[in-house]
Amino acid sequence: MTTTHNAKLTSRVLWVDRFLTLIRITFIVVISVGLLAFIAQQINPQNPFAQWANPDATGLTAPQFKGLLVTGLAQGAMYGLIALGYSMVYGVLGFINFAHGEVFMVGAMSGMITSNKLADAGLWEDAFLLCLLFIVVTSILLSTATAVIMERVAYRPLRGAPRLIPLITSIGVSFFLQNLSVVLLGPGAKSYPTLPSWLSQKRSLVGFQIEGTKLLVLLTAAVSMAGLWFLVERTRTGKAMRAVAEDKEIAALMGIDVNRTIVKTFAVGGAMAGVAGILWGILFRSVIHTTGFLPGIKAFSAAVVGGIGNLGGAMAGGLSLGAAEATAPLVLLEPLGVDGVSQLRDAVAFAVLIFVLLVRPSGLFGERLSEDERA
Amino acid sequence: MTATANDASTFEAPGLDWRRQIRFSAIGALSCAFIALAGMPVGLDRRSIVYPVLSLGYLSLLWVPFVLASLAGSQVVLEGMGERERDTRDLAAGALVGLGSALGLVGLMILVKNFNLRDPLVNWSPQLLELLSFNRSTTLGMLLWVVLGTTLGLLGGAMHVVPAMVRAKVLTVVLSVLLVSVLQTFLTDLLEGFRLEVFTDFIYYKRGGLEILGALLVAVLAIAIPLLVGGRIKGLRARVQKMPPDERSRTNLVLLGVGAALLLILPFFLGKITNELLANVGLFVLLALGLNIVVGLAGILDLGYVAFFAVGGYTTAVLTSPNSPGFSPELPWPVALIAVVVLTGLVGLFIGAPVIRMRGDYLAIVTLGFGEIIRLLFLSDWLSGWFGGAQGITNIPGVDVGIGTVKGTDPRSVFLLVLIFCGIAIYVSWRLEHSRLGRAWMAIREDEDVAEAMGVNTTSTKLMAFVVGAVLASFSGAIFSAKVGSIFPSSFIMLVSIIILVVVIVGGMGNIAGVIVGAVVLIGVLGGPKQPGLLQELGQFKLLIYGALLVWMMLKRPEGLVPNVRRSRELHQEEFLQDAWLKGEIDEDDEEDPS
Repeated sequence: MTTTHNAKLTSRVLWVDRFLTLIRITFIVVISVGLLAFIAQQINPQNPFAQWANPDATGLTAPQFKGLLVTGLAQGAMYGLIALGYSMVYGVLGFINFAHGEVFMVGAMSGMITSNKLADAGLWEDAFLLCLLFIVVTSILLSTATAVIMERVAYRPLRGAPRLIPLITSIGVSFFLQNLSVVLLGPGAKSYPTLPSWLSQKRSLVGFQIEGTKLLVLLTAAVSMAGLWFLVERTRTGKAMRAVAEDKEIAALMGIDVNRTIVKTFAVGGAMAGVAGILWGILFRSVIHTTGFLPGIKAFSAAVVGGIGNLGGAMAGGLSLGAAEATAPLVLLEPLGVDGVSQLRDAVAFAVLIFVLLVRPSGLFGERLSEDERA
Repeated sequence: MTATANDASTFEAPGLDWRRQIRFSAIGALSCAFIALAGMPVGLDRRSIVYPVLSLGYLSLLWVPFVLASLAGSQVVLEGMGERERDTRDLAAGALVGLGSALGLVGLMILVKNFNLRDPLVNWSPQLLELLSFNRSTTLGMLLWVVLGTTLGLLGGAMHVVPAMVRAKVLTVVLSVLLVSVLQTFLTDLLEGFRLEVFTDFIYYKRGGLEILGALLVAVLAIAIPLLVGGRIKGLRARVQKMPPDERSRTNLVLLGVGAALLLILPFFLGKITNELLANVGLFVLLALGLNIVVGLAGILDLGYVAFFAVGGYTTAVLTSPNSPGFSPELPWPVALIAVVVLTGLVGLFIGAPVIRMRGDYLAIVTLGFGEIIRLLFLSDWLSGWFGGAQGITNIPGVDVGIGTVKGTDPRSVFLLVLIFCGIAIYVSWRLEHSRLGRAWMAIREDEDVAEAMGVNTTSTKLMAFVVGAVLASFSGAIFSAKVGSIFPSSFIMLVSIIILVVVIVGGMGNIAGVIVGAVVLIGVLGGPKQPGLLQELGQFKLLIYGALLVWMMLKRPEGLVPNVRRSRELHQEEFLQDAWLKGEIDEDDEEDPS
């Protein structure tokens, strides 16, 4: 669009463009004023600029801020893992798999079932790491199966249909899976068994007080990310995936089985979502049928923030989105005099998505898409 | 479809594909087991369809072998390909599919009897086993299922063997019995209004469902009525079609007027429950007509449509309610409505402007984000000084129209008000569709770049779609808040947007009649996000059915139940081109790239 429609050549600038510029400026002004007020508060809570909008503001202490940041990063790592699935599928098929959040929910549910069974058998406390491995593996299997079946049943028949048709279908799939969980497993939140105390206690690490669970989450995410990077960049399968993402027809001419590669892409995305599901269980210890919805949307935002199609970008986007939604309400909104800021966490996540799309639609780290998917 | 499409090059009718039959058996077995584990048979057993032989619970299983057997037997006949001769092998294939489906249930019964998986699977219960074995011994139950499944499969397969006339008659009878049974509340209420309750008392069982005699009567009528008057209707239709254009349009106008008048007097013959139900349907018709302009005509997938409904509702509440926490002018509803329309239009512009330049799929997610942001703002403590936070705004007065007040306790008046606004919305959509703006929308839907090259100002045209859609939703919001009398953020969850989308898609994107049909069928029978429909027993299965329906429609019939001609051509462009190529209408040289 931008290449065909050059604003300088046409003499008149549309009012929409002016309005968009206004929104961008407002966004940036709000962010900078909030940040400045926050900094002013940190220097001296009594100075007039700090008290200008919110007289009761007290600022944050260093441990509080670090705590928020770690919480945000741990959640962000989880978003990043889910975002990988969105990013890969968008890269290969060029559509948003809205139901990917539900694959994550399936992973979290399966972890809930297996971990409770293990706890009943008395194994959970004694051999925690083995149990964890077992629930991760079953969760990966189940969510991969969900993703693959989803592709086969709902998306493969629609290849080549107008762009919005698979998107609408994926909304239906998401809705269906959510409610399938309600009717099969019952409504209401279900909880994971208590974690062993050696895991949940705080440890200090390079000046940060980190709970063991969050450390575990960050480590698991790092390991999965490394595995994925190896798969995509160093194996034949990964090469095939990249080729299919670049151009399906030419990839097929080069002897790549496009269908099988697409299935593999869904499977890998599903596996990552399965891991993320277990991480959710460890972090929050509670899962309900709508668990997949908000993290799913946020993970998609993370993929966009990092540049869709770009795997490192998806993880980085997830981490920055997680950190932003954990800290921004207190750092930006509190000094501006907004009440009840923690209720606006989700709104902050959506605002980040809108802001990035307005200011830099190709994401912070650049998108990697073939020409026709960019249209 | 893909399986048969591959054989198209041979130009011969392929034989019976047994692998397809086996695949369908497996699908049937899995579906039966899933439906049983989802708790449908147990949960829906209370509602009879034909008392005492068939309940909705059993029906939720029994349709599987019949429908799957008939689907397995169907084939796509491509241009230039002869249809296969049907013979007894088709019957056998149908029976096989039916048997397969029943075996799924039998397997499940064996598992339920011997293992206990009640912990994760809530419906793994003795009640399920009891119900599946027809309250007799398990072995007898299994035998019965095998027999039932095979018979129904056989019947499903037979649908392709018998002449088309018989098939049509059988389907009419089955569907009309189901329909009359489902419409029980409505029909009872309507006939009571005309003092004809003798008839409904005769055919219906008091606690839901038809009596056996009633079902027989309905079946006889379903066959007899078309025989008696079918010819005459056909004659009338032919005569209308033969009229000169201006006379025909006059006749259509008269028919439309009579229909509208009938609708307007209908509420006076209906009771409270039915009026309430129809008022809800009407609210969704309004919403769906608005979304139809955005999604159906302009091709913009707006997933945050509920935002405009919320803004309409909240603005009305703030302007009319004495309990509004921040600003409470207590305006009368009609005056408030003007403010609502202006404000929602502005919100439409405000949300539309940033998203309008985005790719279609990004736009969908961002509108969804806007919808959630607006709900979260209404819910937040930050703005609770104006909107009351989670407590919402209560004590919203009804609409004072001189001769009475329209409010929730009097559903008849609400229904009348909704009808009037639906009339306005239908007129607006119809005029817009055939205006310059409507044609510009459709051009954008088909190809945005080409539309721009043709001189359509895509930005302002798409924004107009957003604004018109927003205003129609705000009507619905304004009536909603006057009807309910109080307003909470929880009424505006994303679910509402999705359900409106399902209504538009199932009805037929871009077609006014289709959208109305979609709303009446889905909201009326299944019910809205919080409003019960005619089958209120469905409860928790409602949303599951909505999801499945959306996927199935997108896969099999993306143009909807009542398709818009142009839209369905866009959606099936590839098949049209293929057919045209096979017929030799396109030279191979100038064959267009179908994608």
